[in-house]
Amino acid sequence: MQKMKLVVVGNGMAGMRTVEELLKIAPDIYDITVFGDEPYPNYNRIMLSPVLANEQTIDDIILNTREWYAEKNIQLYTNARINKIDRKNRIVYAEDGASAEYDRLLIATGSKPFMPPIPGKELAGVIGYRDIKDTNEMIDAAKVHKHAVVIGGGLLGLEAANGLRIQGMDVTVVHKNEWLLEKQLDQTAGRMLQKSLEAKGLKFLLNKNTEQLHSDDKGRVKAARFSDGLEIPADLVVMAVGIRPNFALAESAGIYCNRGIVVNDTMQTYDPRVYAVGECVAHRGISYGLVAPLFEMAKVCATHLGNFGIGLYKGSVTSTKLKVTGIDLFSAGDFSGGEDTEEIVLHDAVGGVYKKLVIKNDKIIGSVLYGDTTDGSWYFQMLRDGKAIHEIRDHLMFGQDSLGNTGHQGQDKAAAMTNEMEVCGCNGVCKGTIVKAIQDQGLFTIDDVKKQTKAGSSCGSCVGLVEQILASTLGGGYAPPSTSKAICGCSDKNHEEVRAEIRTNKYLNIPDAMKGMAWRTPNGCATCRPALNYYLLSTWPHEAVDDPQSRFINERVHANIQKDGTYSVIPRMYGGVTTPNQLRKIADVADKYAVPMVKVTGGQRIDLLGVKKEDLVGMWKDLDMPSGYAYAKGIRTVKTCVGSEFCRFGTQNSTQMGIDIEKAFDHMWAPHKVKFAVSGCPRNCAESGIKDVGIIGVDSGWEIYVGGNGGIKTEAAQFLCKVKGHDDVLEYSGAFIQIYREEARYLDRTVHWIGRVGLEYVKQRVIEDAEGRKAAYERLLFALQGAVDPWAERVQKRELQKEFEVISI
Amino acid sequence: MFREILLKVEIMSNWVKVAPLEDIQRLGARVVRTLDSEGKAVEIGVFRLEDDRIFAINNSCPHKGGPLSEGIVYGDKIACPMHSWKISLVDGKAEEPDVGQTACFKTKVESGIVYLELKDK
Repeated sequence: MQKMKLVVVGNGMAGMRTVEELLKIAPDIYDITVFGDEPYPNYNRIMLSPVLANEQTIDDIILNTREWYAEKNIQLYTNARINKIDRKNRIVYAEDGASAEYDRLLIATGSKPFMPPIPGKELAGVIGYRDIKDTNEMIDAAKVHKHAVVIGGGLLGLEAANGLRIQGMDVTVVHKNEWLLEKQLDQTAGRMLQKSLEAKGLKFLLNKNTEQLHSDDKGRVKAARFSDGLEIPADLVVMAVGIRPNFALAESAGIYCNRGIVVNDTMQTYDPRVYAVGECVAHRGISYGLVAPLFEMAKVCATHLGNFGIGLYKGSVTSTKLKVTGIDLFSAGDFSGGEDTEEIVLHDAVGGVYKKLVIKNDKIIGSVLYGDTTDGSWYFQMLRDGKAIHEIRDHLMFGQDSLGNTGHQGQDKAAAMTNEMEVCGCNGVCKGTIVKAIQDQGLFTIDDVKKQTKAGSSCGSCVGLVEQILASTLGGGYAPPSTSKAICGCSDKNHEEVRAEIRTNKYLNIPDAMKGMAWRTPNGCATCRPALNYYLLSTWPHEAVDDPQSRFINERVHANIQKDGTYSVIPRMYGGVTTPNQLRKIADVADKYAVPMVKVTGGQRIDLLGVKKEDLVGMWKDLDMPSGYAYAKGIRTVKTCVGSEFCRFGTQNSTQMGIDIEKAFDHMWAPHKVKFAVSGCPRNCAESGIKDVGIIGVDSGWEIYVGGNGGIKTEAAQFLCKVKGHDDVLEYSGAFIQIYREEARYLDRTVHWIGRVGLEYVKQRVIEDAEGRKAAYERLLFALQGAVDPWAERVQKRELQKEFEVISI
Repeated sequence: MFREILLKVEIMSNWVKVAPLEDIQRLGARVVRTLDSEGKAVEIGVFRLEDDRIFAINNSCPHKGGPLSEGIVYGDKIACPMHSWKISLVDGKAEEPDVGQTACFKTKVESGIVYLELKDK
C-alpha cells in the first residue's frame, strides 16, 4: 500500500513530540518530511536557560539526533523556512526552493518573542530570547560587553538575567509592574524572590517603562532610557516581555487564525488536512507558552494523524517553576484569590519560605510556593483533580510528609539526596542515574522514567521521589500525570469510563467490551485485560464470562509463582484456626512432594513453598482443603487474636468473628488483595490498624476501621463506625467492601480508593445511607452465591488439569 | 561426506508432534520439555494466538529467566509473569527499551495436530 505523506512544518518540541507519539502508535502509515528553520535537529528549548547558565551544553539538550531521523526514515530539512503553503495542490515551499507534497500537514511553527515598539529596538545588540542562536549571541556578547538590560521580569526574563550574570555581565532587569513574576506570584513571594536574586547580584528597576534605546556610533545599543528620565548603560538588551504565536505562514495560506492558528479539540485547523500543535495555535481562545500543554496536544494530535480518531484535547491547567539554580519557586492556578476564597499562608521571612494555598468551595484553586517547593506537584495534583480537602486541611500546609516510605533509606525529599543515594530499592536505581536519563534521553513523564531506568516500576513506593526528581530536573517542562488517565495504551478511556460503559451496555465478555469501546489492539495487553476481566465479573456476577487467559498466572493456576518458576500452596484455615488433623495432612503432603520449605505466613496460614506446577493438582487432592486464595486480588485472610474464649483481657470472641467473616466472604475477587483482621480488645494483637478492614472488639460492641495497609507505605486504618452486634459487623464491613469492589480502579487497594473519594463519601454510603448499605451487602452475598472452591474444581475436572501438565518429547 | 550432509538435512527437518491444537488454550500456552543436543533438559513454550497461529520460543525470559509460558498472551507478544518484559513470539526479541532475545522454534499445524521443529539434536 502506498504510504501517505505527512509534512511537518516546525522542527521544535511540539511538532517532533507529535511525530514521536505518532510513530509509537502507527509507525508505518506515513512518509514523514520535517522542515525546521534552525540549523539544528530537534532540541529541548526549555533547557536553553541551563545552557546560558553554563550548567549544560548544546549537545546535552539535543532531543533527537540526525541519526534518529535517518533511522526512522524521516526526511529532515534544517535551515529551511517554509514560506508558502499551496493548499490546493497540497505542496509546501521553502525559502531555499525545496518543496514537498503532503496528504496531511502538521504546522508547529511555535512562537516568537514579542518586541515592544520601543524606538531603537532594531539596533544591534537588541535581541529576543528564543533559540540557540539567541543564546549563543548572549554568550558572545558577555565576552566583550559589560552591561546587560533585560526588559521583562517574567520567567524567561529572570532566567536570561541569571544566565547573563553567570556569564559575567552586570545585569539590570527592568519590569513595568510592581513586583516580579506578577503572573505567577503574589506580592509577598515576588519580593522574596527579588531579594534572593539581588543577593546573587542582579539589579532590578520596577515600575519602569522603557522609552528609548540609544545607539553608539556603530549602530549598537549603548543605553536605555525610561519614561521617568533615568538612563542606564546597556550593551546588550534582551526583550523578554512575552511571546506571540507564530501563525503568519498559516494565515498567508488562508487558514483561519485568530491570535493563533485556530484548532478544534482534535488539533485540526479549518482545513481538515491540516493540523497544528504547540505555541502557534489558539485552542478555545488560549495559546500556551509552556511545554506541558504542548505534549498533551501532541498526544491527541498523534491519535488523529494515526487514524485512531479518539483523543480530545480540552485545554490545560498549567503550573510553573523557575529554573534558576538555588531558587525554588512554584505556582499554579489562581493564586491571587477573590471574595469567596480562603487562604492558608505560611510565611517564614527569615528562613526564606513562603507557602500560600488558595481555597474555594473546599478545593485548592491556586498555590504559590517559595523556598520549599517539595509539595508543589502534590498540591497541583489536588488542584487538577478538584479534590475535597477538608479532611486533610489541618496538615495540608505541612505537606505530603509520607512520600518516602520504605526502600530508600527513609528519604522523602529528592533535593536532599546525593546522586549516589538509592531511590528505587527494588531495582537499585540511584538518583544520579535518573537525573542523567532525564537529561540525556529527554524524558518528560513518570512513565518515560519508569521505562528507561526501571525506577518506580516495581513496587511503586518511590514514584513520589522519582516525580520530585523529574520536576526539579525539568522545571517548567514537567507535567504531572492526570489522574483520569487512560487504562493503558490500548484505549483512551479511563477506568471510570470503562466501568460505566460495561454497566450501561451490559458487556459480558472481553471481546464484546473491546469491540464496543473501540479498543485499538485486537486483544488488549497485559495491563488492560486483567482489569477488564475484573470489571466485567464485578459488574455482572453470574452473567459475565470469566476469562482465565486474562488473569495473571497466580490467579490462573491458583498458586503464587516464585522467582524460580515454582509455586507456593497455602490452604485456607478460617480465622487462622487449624486442627491436629489438618496439620498432619499438611505434614504428609509436604513429605510426599518433598516441599523445600514450610513456613508460617504473616496472615497466620501455612505456606508450602517451592512446589512444581505439575505437582499442584496432586497436592490439592491430597490436602483436601480449600484454597487459601493467597495469590488472589481478592479476599486473602482474616487474621485474629485469641479473644474472649481464652484471653484474660478479651472482651469479644474475635476468633469466631474472624472465622465467620472469612467464611462469609470466601472466594471474593476484588480490585486488589483484601486483608481483614479481628482483635478481641483494644490491645489489638491481630494488628487491625493496618488492614483493609480492621475490627476491634470493645466491651460495648465492635469498632470498624478501614483503609489500613501494612505494605509499601504503612497506612493506619481510619475509624469508620462502631456497631453493636455480630451481624452488624458483617453487614457494615461487607457493604464497605462491596462498594470498593464496584467503584475502585483495578489494582487500587482500599487505602488508594478512600484517598481518592474521601472517607466522608465512604461514611455517607456505608453509615448514613442505611438502605444503600443493606443493598450493597445483598449484592455482595449474591455475587458470592454458589462459589466453587477452585482447587476442588481442578481436582475433579480433567479438562482443567491439562494446563498443569508438561508435554515431554 | 555426502552422507553427513544428507543426515544433517534430515535432522534439520526434525518435526516433532506436540499435542492436539485444542489442548493449547487460545491466548494460552503449554510447556514442552525436551533434551538439547548436549542432553540437557530444556523447556519450550508453545503459544496459541487468538487467530490460532502457533509460536514456540525458549521458555526463559532474556531478563531473569522467567517462565514465559506463564505470562499473558496478547497480539503476537507475551508479557513475562516475573517483571512484565514484553517478548515478541515472532522473533523472540524483547520490546524496547528492554534489550534481549530468546530462541525461536518453527511450528506447524497439520490435521489439528501441533508440530515443533527441533534442530541441533
